[in-house]
Amino acid sequence: MSLPAPLDPARARKLSAEFGLKGDEYDRVLAILGRTPSLTELGIFSVMWSEHCSYKSSRVWLRTLPTKAPWVIHGPGENAGVIAIGDGLAAIFKMESHNHPSFIEPYQGAATGVGGILRDVFTMGARPIANLNALRFGSPDAPRMKRIIDGVVRGIGGYGNCVGVPTVGGEVNFHPAYNGNPLVNAMTVGIAPADRIFLSAAAGIGNPVVYVGSKTGRDGIHGATMASAEFSADAEEKRPTVQIGDPFVEKLLIEACLELMATDMIVAIQDMGAAGLTSSSVEMAGKGGVGIELALDNVPQREIGMTAYEMMLSESQERMLMILKPGREAEAEAIFRKWELDFAVIGHLTDTGRIVIRHKGAIEADIPLAPLESEAPLYRRPTAETPRQPVLDATTIADPVGITAALQTLVGSLDLCSRRWIWDQYDSTVGGQTVQRPGGADAAVVKLEGLKRGLAMTTDCTPRYCLADPEEGGKQAVAEAWRNLTAVGARPLAITDNMNFGNPEKPEIMGQFAAAVRGMAAACTALDFPVVSGNVSLYNETNGAAILPTPAIGGVGVLEDAAQAVGLALEPGLDLVVIGDTRGWLGQSLWLREIAGREEGAPPPVDLAAERRNGDFVRAQILGGTVAACHDVADGGLLVAVAEMAMGGGVGATLEAPAGMPAHAFWFGEDQGRYVLAVADAGPILAAAAAAGVSAARLGRSGGGDLVLGAGSSISVATLRVAHESTLPALMEAVG
Amino acid sequence: MKAVVVVFPGTNRERDMAIALERATGRKPVMLFHRETALPAGTDLVVLPGGFSYGDYLRCGAMAAQSPIMREVAGFAAKGGHVLGVCNGFQILCEAGLLPGALLRNASLRFLSMDCHMRVERAGTPYTAHWQQGAVFRAPMAHGDGNFFCDDETHARLVAENLVAFRYCTPEGTLTDAANRNGARDNIAGIVSPNLRVCGLMPHPEDLVDPLMGGTDGLPMFTSLVDSLAAA
Repeated sequence: MSLPAPLDPARARKLSAEFGLKGDEYDRVLAILGRTPSLTELGIFSVMWSEHCSYKSSRVWLRTLPTKAPWVIHGPGENAGVIAIGDGLAAIFKMESHNHPSFIEPYQGAATGVGGILRDVFTMGARPIANLNALRFGSPDAPRMKRIIDGVVRGIGGYGNCVGVPTVGGEVNFHPAYNGNPLVNAMTVGIAPADRIFLSAAAGIGNPVVYVGSKTGRDGIHGATMASAEFSADAEEKRPTVQIGDPFVEKLLIEACLELMATDMIVAIQDMGAAGLTSSSVEMAGKGGVGIELALDNVPQREIGMTAYEMMLSESQERMLMILKPGREAEAEAIFRKWELDFAVIGHLTDTGRIVIRHKGAIEADIPLAPLESEAPLYRRPTAETPRQPVLDATTIADPVGITAALQTLVGSLDLCSRRWIWDQYDSTVGGQTVQRPGGADAAVVKLEGLKRGLAMTTDCTPRYCLADPEEGGKQAVAEAWRNLTAVGARPLAITDNMNFGNPEKPEIMGQFAAAVRGMAAACTALDFPVVSGNVSLYNETNGAAILPTPAIGGVGVLEDAAQAVGLALEPGLDLVVIGDTRGWLGQSLWLREIAGREEGAPPPVDLAAERRNGDFVRAQILGGTVAACHDVADGGLLVAVAEMAMGGGVGATLEAPAGMPAHAFWFGEDQGRYVLAVADAGPILAAAAAAGVSAARLGRSGGGDLVLGAGSSISVATLRVAHESTLPALMEAVG
Repeated sequence: MKAVVVVFPGTNRERDMAIALERATGRKPVMLFHRETALPAGTDLVVLPGGFSYGDYLRCGAMAAQSPIMREVAGFAAKGGHVLGVCNGFQILCEAGLLPGALLRNASLRFLSMDCHMRVERAGTPYTAHWQQGAVFRAPMAHGDGNFFCDDETHARLVAENLVAFRYCTPEGTLTDAANRNGARDNIAGIVSPNLRVCGLMPHPEDLVDPLMGGTDGLPMFTSLVDSLAAA
């Protein structure tokens, strides 16, 4: 058999550097092949060994995360995580970043991020039932930033609305550290019968390799490499590496795949995501321990004259690769033709343990699969610990404006203002199962069609805490996701993590990563809340400046009866009770940043034992039917939490003045593990809390149209609403 | 009542519609793929549900209006059959010429997903029998192209013949520009054919038929159909 035509050795080494391989990594390529690679082979090695596909800097740390629980069916390593949720069903979910493409081309970058994560979920046999997202933008005054915000929101909506999967929740932060690297993390949750999960390991020598979906074009070539490098001033020139999405084809692909999955024809299936045909074929054959041979002449092509290199590296969207049982091709093809999609047999499995690529009568690549994986670079990069910040003493920080003025400013500030302008552009009701829509509760709640059962879901992270103390920040991100699920009454089950950090070759960045993982692992263990899937996005730096460390957490929980879910909107005539200790922690609080103009101090620590105790108590109260509304206390502290409940219901409250600490520390401190409950009568709840060893206190009573804080201090809920609702529309009005 | 829900490539609210129909009728509707060339025997109601048929490429509903099944639907309507089009279904009915007018891009040029309120402008049709004239109800809307437009002559005829079924309004029932989020001409949210058998509207009553999802404001449309078609 002939060998692929090798590149000129000097040119190959130079190209390997352009493709992102380090010198010693390229030496390994030479050792594995025993010769100079062809262009296609060099392309395959460089994308498979890119940070994006190989997790070479992060894997040693990710391995330390807890991934097991009795309800975990498939943890990390598959296309998405799979957990049992009762009634014989499984929830399949994952969050994934599309940061770099979204900066270069916001609409398509965000849209294809949604498309990609949907495919990761339905490729395992699930019907997607909900989308969420976690977004981080720079200062709106930064160059292009409003356009980026607008494009990202339109892109997420444009894709999700068209495929008909409701976008039910998410989170947004703004910080100048994201000026050059906004973050777009998209999450999909799907449902499948627990005994009908489809995996990606290829099997059956001779079985056909089938390509379905859209045709392959020249878009997105080397996207995975682009996503593994820092940006410099030439980011705009990278636009051709961004893929173009077609949500209509994705919708057809969902229906066709689910129809095929109802039969017994599929052996294995995987979507073509980053590094397209290369990663799907290499990973499927590699996992199955078989060889694979592809005839690229059979690949459906959008453009004429495409080379093997271009086809193997293309990241054209809405494509899947499957291994079918032999002799079932015609039956399977009929389903895809019905949905007007391409279907092509492009190869077969072999017993050689090699990937062989043929095109136009020549062999373009011939690589042993085992070393491509086992010899892949793996780094334990040097780490430097983030220096500890001092704990701020609240009594030394003066209140410059007063409580109600600070509240009005805070509820209108970028990180706390209403996200209505965003979610009004996302279809949140399609499917007819959305119990809690965006803004209505701490977590979105989606009922399972035809059943009482519902799923709660949320995305969370507080990057300013993570910068100040990555370990506490990692812990807090997991705890807050757990808390948000608890606050609607759900039993938290598992998380997906999306680790967004700067350049891992810098010890301080790798130190942030390692510490965040430590904190997350501690929280996952203490809360029985394992990691089942995830994604890492590194090199989020522009001109040497890194983003805030952002380990975004997507959490999923279950409600046996979706009707038991509670929202956060306040009704009149209820007692307000705060669960958890209020100590007035102002370090890294939004009050400190927005009102005192200081971003400093240690962030609030998370007491995981108290977190668990408080949350289990709150959930029991909600499921016991005594709670009318519940809201966790997060960004902005206690008074912001109460104000959000008041604005949600259009109802005021009279609150009791605190004692023993400065009022601004009491109302705006961000102590963790707290919830505000609205109940008919505080008495029984306080007694139950005391019996359970849970800290609880009556805060006041709802009613009227104002928030009243003792004598002479009050503000109308209507005034707060105007401040809360006008920020984003005013900001984005100029964009049109 | 035997209901048929047509599924085009890109339709995505067919299951919502099936749930609402089943809630009102007690039986599952027939889901019919667009390539079919005949309606099932005994069809009482054909529903064109929401979504993005053919990706909304070209014009919303333009390609679906040319689907094989649409010839049958047109024939069914011509013989006095009941046809309901919601959102993309309304767009398809307009493109197929079964209802007048067109749905343009929202005036804001943005996709709008939120609850809206509608006033029942024509009670007593098969679709509105269970509402009082002037009743106000709520329903989610979710569209990028819901801005109803027609020429002056058509508008005059719709008004003169009392064929406007629903108008966007405030929760109190007042017709305002602010309540008319997509910029529709004369706040028109939905219309009926002269024989009152064909109805199209942009918002989604099928997504508000269960208290758990926020209310049952949309249910009267489906119970109206059940009663009207049983009596027919």
